[in-house]
Amino acid sequence: MKNISKISKFFIASCLFITSHLGFGKDIIVTEGNSIKNAVESSSEGDRIMVSSGIYFESGIIITKKIELIGKDYPIVDGGSIGEIFTVKASGVVIKGFVVKNSGFSSLKDFAAIRVENSINCIIQDNKLINNYFGIYLAGANDCKVFNNEIISNAVKESASGNGIHLWKCDNILIKNNSVSGHRDGIYFEFVTHSKISENFSFNNIRYGLHFMFSNWDDYEYNVFSTNGAGVAVMYTKYVKMINNRFENNWGRPNSYGLLLKDISESFIFKNTFHKNTVGIFAEGVSKVNIEYNLFTENGYAAKILGNCTEDTIKANNFISNSFDISTNSSRNSNLFYGNYWDKNKGYDLNKDGFSDAPYRPVSMFSMMVEQTPESIFLLRSFLVNLLDLAEKVMPVIIPESLIDLNPRMEPVI
Amino acid sequence: MTTVKILKYVIYDILRSRIVIGYTILLFAVTYGIIYTGKDASKAIISLLNVVMLVVPLVSIIFGTIHFYNSREFMQMMLALPVKRKNIFWAEYLGLSFALSISFTLGVGLPLLIYGASAASLYLIFSGAALSFIFTSLSFLASVINNDKTRGIGLSLIIWFYTAIIFDAIVLMIYFLFSDYPLEKFTVIISALNPIDLARILVLLKMDISALMGYTGATLRLFFGSAFGTVFSFAFLIIWILAPTAIALKVFNRKNF
Amino acid sequence: MIEVKNLSKSYYKTVALKDVSLRLSTGCITAVMGPNDSGKTTLLKCILGLVKPLSGEIYVNGFQVNGNCEYRKFIGYMPQFCCFPENLKVKEVFNMLKDVRGNHCTYDEDLIGKLKIDKIFNSSIGSLSGGSRQRVSSSAAFLFNQEIIILDEPTAGLDPASSEIVKEKIIAEKQKGKLIIITSHIISEVEELADRIVYMLDGSIYFDSTKEELLNLTGEENLNKAIAKITAIRY
Repeated sequence: MKNISKISKFFIASCLFITSHLGFGKDIIVTEGNSIKNAVESSSEGDRIMVSSGIYFESGIIITKKIELIGKDYPIVDGGSIGEIFTVKASGVVIKGFVVKNSGFSSLKDFAAIRVENSINCIIQDNKLINNYFGIYLAGANDCKVFNNEIISNAVKESASGNGIHLWKCDNILIKNNSVSGHRDGIYFEFVTHSKISENFSFNNIRYGLHFMFSNWDDYEYNVFSTNGAGVAVMYTKYVKMINNRFENNWGRPNSYGLLLKDISESFIFKNTFHKNTVGIFAEGVSKVNIEYNLFTENGYAAKILGNCTEDTIKANNFISNSFDISTNSSRNSNLFYGNYWDKNKGYDLNKDGFSDAPYRPVSMFSMMVEQTPESIFLLRSFLVNLLDLAEKVMPVIIPESLIDLNPRMEPVI
Repeated sequence: MTTVKILKYVIYDILRSRIVIGYTILLFAVTYGIIYTGKDASKAIISLLNVVMLVVPLVSIIFGTIHFYNSREFMQMMLALPVKRKNIFWAEYLGLSFALSISFTLGVGLPLLIYGASAASLYLIFSGAALSFIFTSLSFLASVINNDKTRGIGLSLIIWFYTAIIFDAIVLMIYFLFSDYPLEKFTVIISALNPIDLARILVLLKMDISALMGYTGATLRLFFGSAFGTVFSFAFLIIWILAPTAIALKVFNRKNF
Repeated sequence: MIEVKNLSKSYYKTVALKDVSLRLSTGCITAVMGPNDSGKTTLLKCILGLVKPLSGEIYVNGFQVNGNCEYRKFIGYMPQFCCFPENLKVKEVFNMLKDVRGNHCTYDEDLIGKLKIDKIFNSSIGSLSGGSRQRVSSSAAFLFNQEIIILDEPTAGLDPASSEIVKEKIIAEKQKGKLIIITSHIISEVEELADRIVYMLDGSIYFDSTKEELLNLTGEENLNKAIAKITAIRY
């Protein structure tokens, strides 16, 4: 029974594939020396343009009908630093298997290697975008997929560079398994809703690995954000889910955050790893956010949670080998800390329930001092500072009394 | 040459001293204990850092002072030989410093290196050895300007207490009182004025302090965030070895035995 | 030959030596005597270069004592207390002295044999009794055959037998024509050894004469009474 249904499915699928070609379009083959632009212009709705390997010096290829552009063995389309290379203005367009190089640069217009404008159902996949101003630019696009692309540039200055994957006013987009480096922001979301960013690798971008604003109901998961100028910024947004991402090696610069949260509410940050960031999470104006089951290791500050954050839940996270675990700038606290594992906690567990019998205060006095006078970091781990921290833990005067984990775990959460 | 001839015997003598053997064993036991009960290497280094920054200066300066007073008659006898004063001084100073550094390196360095060398652990070993030299130097200075043993030991204790705790307390107070003023240059200057702080920063530059410097102003970040900070710390540690030694030698040369 | 000319020294406000002049020649044992704080130790330390005088000059075998260490090759010195590093072995102490002296004279190992130092060659200084340490110290003082030998309380702490051996050695060395200076509080010892007595009081030389002159002057039979008599005049 099972086999029969499989075979029949395959059969039906093959039929559909064939009919779609037979029914709606033809294959056009472009070889080196010929123009892709001409092929696109002469094509009609539903055609498939197959581009053979070779170098094509072209830019300003504007696609206005539903066609598929397929590169065979990665043909190179070199824009020669003039204008935009591919501009998609129709729905259902596929661009696959190209190397797209050297888009134009302008301070007035955001030239991209591949732009999709006011369209739906487009697919950008398996491309290599090298040394472009913007890589993939989606504006007003819905239901599109961007996956398996490798996007590399060599930006040096923030003001003179564009983003790897740039989305503006989009809905229901899938950004999956792309690798972005050397741009201003690796992935940029503004007014993008109901979208998913997964399994991407964004590294060595000069500003943010992911820059995310006014974009509600989005998920991002299994991404790695590494050695970006300022990590990942998520701002002015509601209902975001961030699950199983890695934020690492954002180290040593004034704004080196793993994850910068600004005015975020009702979101979930689950099971992420924050490793070797100057600040793991920097939270400002964050409310009703659940930060749970994350791992914070070897960060300068695991989390800086400013006084204007309210009703957040920080639960069941592991804090291991950070210089400071939690830091804040306020003597009040209106967030809930519960059941986290703190490696600095010297508590005991007499009733063997896995939780420390005494509560734990994760904010050290010295971290408050450094907050006030950054230069005093110079006294980090000096005998005197250790002594003062210990005294303060026993009898809090400066650290926020209510910032306390009432049930700290004795062992890390697995 | 004469210095080396005497130096050799001074080192023989000190390395066989029960206090120095005990010191080595203690350091070894503590290091071994910290490494094998701890979970990761960087944490072990941080725990050790606290031990090294307190114990090494204390032992070096107190043992150095006691040794100097106990060797006074020996030095008198040696001074009656056809040997220059400075040779005897250098032999005693280098002998003691080397012996204490060897003892420290065996006690702390050996278990660390067995466990696995990292940049931070190498810097910790270097810092400990440098602190041995510096506090031996300070102990000689304290001894050479006081004929009375009790006063000499008292002065040594005060120097230790000052560099280990009081100095940082004053700095912390200044940070606290003047937090509205720019304190970057002050921090750079102040870091050079206390060898224990210098040594601590040198190790932490290989760990996490460089990241945390990110929050301070550009000067400090530039200063300690780059290789220059390491070079600066190294240079000032050397100055801290040489300066008290030079003064002590000058007094020693004019001293009546 | 040692020549001391108008030597003065003071520590802060305490005067230790006041205008001391002295000429010591070879083939003679000079005992420097005097109560505590009379300046005798300071005088010896000035000669050894341990203490820098305020004014005055010292010549040892024609070399002026002025911070240069060369002249000390003529001097063998035995301090009052043995002071070798505790954890060195006896043989290492001798090796060290030989290393430092560096002059390849024929070593005078007479006392090493007679005082049975070779039996404790492998013991560390710290494990020796006070007397044994003095034995090591005195044999070290004679080891290099110097022309001038300065001994600070040479028999203090020694057992009677060793004491005799050391005294015999001192006399034997004098007969070889050496210049020997001793300090001692034991008058019988001084009587036995010294040819010349320099008695110091309050930083000055109170008297300086041969043993015979002193006895004749005071008309006393023994040195003990003679010294008592002559110092009594002052009080």
